[in-house]
Amino acid sequence: MSAFKDVGHLFRFAGIFVALFVIFLIVRVYVVPKSFGEYGHYRGNAITDIAANPIKYAGHEACETCHVDVQDVKKNGKHAHVNCEACHGPLARHADDPSSMTPVKPDTATLCVRCHAASAARPKTFPQVNAEEHSTGLPCQTCHQPHNPAIAAGGTK
Amino acid sequence: MKITRRQMLILLPAAAVAWEHVLAGTPESSPNYKLSDHWWSMLIDVPKCIGCGNCVRACQAENDVPDGYFRTWVERYHVSDENMTNPVVISPNGGKDGFPPVAKEDEGKYFFVPKLCNHCADSPCTQVCPVGATFVTPDGVVLVDPKYCLGCAYCVQACPYGCRYIHPQKEVADKCTLCYHRITKGLTTACCEACPTGARQLVDLKNPNDPIHEFLRTHAVQVLKPQMATGAKVFYNELDGSVR
Amino acid sequence: MSGVEGYIYPNEVTLYWSVLIVLYPYITGLVAGAFILASLERVFNVSAVKPTYRLALLTALSFLIVAPLPLQFHLGHPERSPEMYFTPHSTSAMAMFGYVYLWYLMAVLTFEIWLDYRHDIVKMAQSSKGLLRLVYKVMTLGSSNISPRALHVDERVSWVVTLVGIPSAFLLHGYVGFIFGSIKANPWWSSPLMPVVFIFSAMVSGIACVMVLYMAVTRLRGKTIDMRCVDTIAMYLFYTFIIDFSLEMLDLIHRIYEADESFRTLDFMVHTKLFFSQIVVQIIFGTIVPLILLAITQVIKLPELARKRMYAVAGALTLVGIFAMRWNVVIGGQLFSKSFLGYTSYKIALVTKEGLLVSIGLTLLPLVILWVLVKLLPPWTDDKAAAGVAAD
Repeated sequence: MSAFKDVGHLFRFAGIFVALFVIFLIVRVYVVPKSFGEYGHYRGNAITDIAANPIKYAGHEACETCHVDVQDVKKNGKHAHVNCEACHGPLARHADDPSSMTPVKPDTATLCVRCHAASAARPKTFPQVNAEEHSTGLPCQTCHQPHNPAIAAGGTK
Repeated sequence: MKITRRQMLILLPAAAVAWEHVLAGTPESSPNYKLSDHWWSMLIDVPKCIGCGNCVRACQAENDVPDGYFRTWVERYHVSDENMTNPVVISPNGGKDGFPPVAKEDEGKYFFVPKLCNHCADSPCTQVCPVGATFVTPDGVVLVDPKYCLGCAYCVQACPYGCRYIHPQKEVADKCTLCYHRITKGLTTACCEACPTGARQLVDLKNPNDPIHEFLRTHAVQVLKPQMATGAKVFYNELDGSVR
Repeated sequence: MSGVEGYIYPNEVTLYWSVLIVLYPYITGLVAGAFILASLERVFNVSAVKPTYRLALLTALSFLIVAPLPLQFHLGHPERSPEMYFTPHSTSAMAMFGYVYLWYLMAVLTFEIWLDYRHDIVKMAQSSKGLLRLVYKVMTLGSSNISPRALHVDERVSWVVTLVGIPSAFLLHGYVGFIFGSIKANPWWSSPLMPVVFIFSAMVSGIACVMVLYMAVTRLRGKTIDMRCVDTIAMYLFYTFIIDFSLEMLDLIHRIYEADESFRTLDFMVHTKLFFSQIVVQIIFGTIVPLILLAITQVIKLPELARKRMYAVAGALTLVGIFAMRWNVVIGGQLFSKSFLGYTSYKIALVTKEGLLVSIGLTLLPLVILWVLVKLLPPWTDDKAAAGVAAD
């Protein structure tokens, strides 16, 4: 007992240690999110949280469910694989409730040149024009129907 | 032609029911999605990229990416014959507004390289996260938990590709999610949806019917910085050696 | 964009690890270095440095208390930092550092200081009055046993703690080095030498810090500086500094000779953006000049006053030089693009959360804490009051 007496103060110090550690363990149980470790070292619910983010681009399948007419024009042309929202922009709201918003028609003067303005940096096989020389200021849709742009396809309305 | 949502539901019942889940945004409503059935990645077909910037705009619109930060961006390389390993690269505003035209082809070659998170299987960014706020999901997507991230930026330092940033308002790490909220609902990513040339394609390596398998067998495909051994999963077709 | 040269990835414009992250390895380095100096007396029986033993321990403690603060200020969500303890990620060097820090703070430094001061604390708890008495009472942990046997036990335990403390100090700062050295994406950091260089530079800065503090404080107290002690410390400073400098030069020469894919980019950076802080401040004024000064004191027999002055200048320059070293590692590692095609720049803000004022405050804070600690637990061996204790 006397041997213990002279080291007793050390146990007091160790006691603080142990007490803090126990408190830590108890707090830990309450603080760590329930889903932590469900799949790995992270909050499992984070996956579902992120998956629940709202979408802005509806996806072409959604467009095609209603706009069958456009799809018919488009499917045989050069732009068959250009998705609707590539030009029309994000329209999930419209797809959700068409009456809630009417999409603005894109301006071909700025739209077409995004892809088709001539630049030596673009792949050579890709159709490119120098807009001023090509159309002398006329809007693109004067000759080309954007949904099926080849002139032989009856682009001029 | 006015079509209400109700009418649309009648038009294509199966697709429309799925669509409702999509809009509801609740993962429970896509009960058919199983994490273990997928291993997501992306294919970048470099020769198809025309540098229009559609992907960058679509990404920023879809994911509310703050101005001046990029979850995806497009670089334009100019490589001259004399200096094959020292390209001149530009990416004005991440390529969001397109690129200045090149009048006439001078020496060397030009090409565009879209960049995004490589969703590495052995990702150095998730390795260094001190708290487990960033992770590789069981379906192969590297995500950040914005409710758990400290904002210490260690992951930003660890990414060899410069794909991460600290969100200026949320003050947590932010990056490409491979449009996780879309792909888990059967949609493709916003960038792929908006790409007019098919230069970007979402890929599910666990889907035996995915055309990627045939593509990988028949093309010269690379990942970025293979020397980093990160298990990068964004595949680049016909990638030039000068790209970093 | 301002400050950008060449091509950098668009997300690399902002530099996320600011001056606060420079401060953090600097401060932990001082802790580790000061502790190792203290351990010289205890474990290696270098009795000449005895006058600085307790001062070194208190210095280490005051810097250690401040060490996590720069990190806290830097975090986007400081309120989430306990996550580092609740769900530490086993593959993250940063997460493990949290535990190493706590271990070092609690099991090593506080314990060792408590053991060493216990006799004094019990005595002061009896002699002091009022609030101070209560403070000392709490510090005794309710045990006033200072029998010769108990003190002998303390002495032995303390020796063991110091012995454990040396590798712990190495671990503490080696870990900081590893946080940088293990980032394979960054060629400026990625090096197995990084932890070793960090440990030796830590010892250099810690020894210099205690030496300068001891000389300054002794002067302020109007006492005479124990020259045998300062000479010994300066000798240790000189030799550790030589090892540290050799390691850094080895790293540099290796990089230059290997000249891998990142070399041109890094070389250009050292000659431009980092020229002042790396070549001028760190290498010339922060390393070569103090090394020459210390070498002179080792080779030539100089009068006391000249030695004191040279030690003071060498010590101060060393502290600046090691700070510059931390700066060059942390900031330098973020100035170049990982595309190796361009550079960004870093402008220190004045009053922001990570600005100049905060960093100056955090640099001075340890000195304030040290002042309080010194008042509370006088470390002096030349006072009458402490004489009895020092004699053991």
